[in-house]
Amino acid sequence: MAVCIAVIAKENYPLYIRSTPTENELKFHYMVHTSLDVVDEKISAMGKALVDQRELYLGLLYPTEDYKVYLSGQGVCQGGPTVARCTLGSDNLKPFRRKRVRAHRGPSTGSPCVTSAFPNQLCRYGYVTNSKVKFVMVVDSSNTALRDNEIRSMFRKLHNSYTDVMCNPFYNPGDRIQSRAFDNMVTSMMIQVC
Amino acid sequence: MADTVLFEFLHTEMVAELWAHDPDPGPGGQKMSLSVLEGMGFRVGQALGERLPRETLAFREELDVLKFLCKDLWVAVFQKQMDSLRTNHQFLAFTCGLLRGALYTLGIESVVTASVAALPVCKFQVVIPKS
Repeated sequence: MAVCIAVIAKENYPLYIRSTPTENELKFHYMVHTSLDVVDEKISAMGKALVDQRELYLGLLYPTEDYKVYLSGQGVCQGGPTVARCTLGSDNLKPFRRKRVRAHRGPSTGSPCVTSAFPNQLCRYGYVTNSKVKFVMVVDSSNTALRDNEIRSMFRKLHNSYTDVMCNPFYNPGDRIQSRAFDNMVTSMMIQVC
Repeated sequence: MADTVLFEFLHTEMVAELWAHDPDPGPGGQKMSLSVLEGMGFRVGQALGERLPRETLAFREELDVLKFLCKDLWVAVFQKQMDSLRTNHQFLAFTCGLLRGALYTLGIESVVTASVAALPVCKFQVVIPKS
């Protein structure tokens, strides 16, 4: 089940971002932003390699990781055994290192409060069109192990819908995508596995 | 299939309409109509550049893009030779815009001009500035 789908223009600004649990949207925006570096790396690597592998589908961008949300609150936290450290490495391609923590409650001052929001495995997949428009998809793979073919078919549907949006004469290339048909297609991908 | 005829009619009407709206056919007015036509062709070319290379592999260099342009795009848009083309620049503006739009969406900024030496041969010149 796709958790977040983003369409990013040639100049690396988002044309469309949507995520299902709507309360943590900023986190997904960060995830997509950091995936862009990986996408760029793959594109330039593809340009230099002499062999084939000229596909549009880029595959798994990042190893799967447990993602925890780090919130710094008003300091209502008992001195717990572990404290999560969050390294936002948007330019740095090493995997983030996060430790598992539990929610604390209790009187204390100054120390931050941490809650775990997503105990699932989140994988990110990328796809680039010939017009350098990138699609990034974040998938929650804890329930079902999605096979590669299914991801490819989801990207193909995305590409087809994007082409339809492009062919709409009332759409100016470079604007945000506001088409209802595109929204419906993305909704159908987020609710169920295709 | 009546597709090509439909487009020819539409194209002829577009040119006639844009030309007629111009009460002052001085050099400034003509250029406006031409750039409107070329702009329309540009937008259509962008959409075509998005739709046609869908299942083909990623384009690695400019050469790939030009090969695609000469083979796939040309065959898709003009299934036959352009023998019914007029010499006026008006009828070529849309096509120039079409080529420029398709190239732009595939990542190449260019300037496309057309010249007709002798019918039915029409030359399109694509100039890509080195930047």
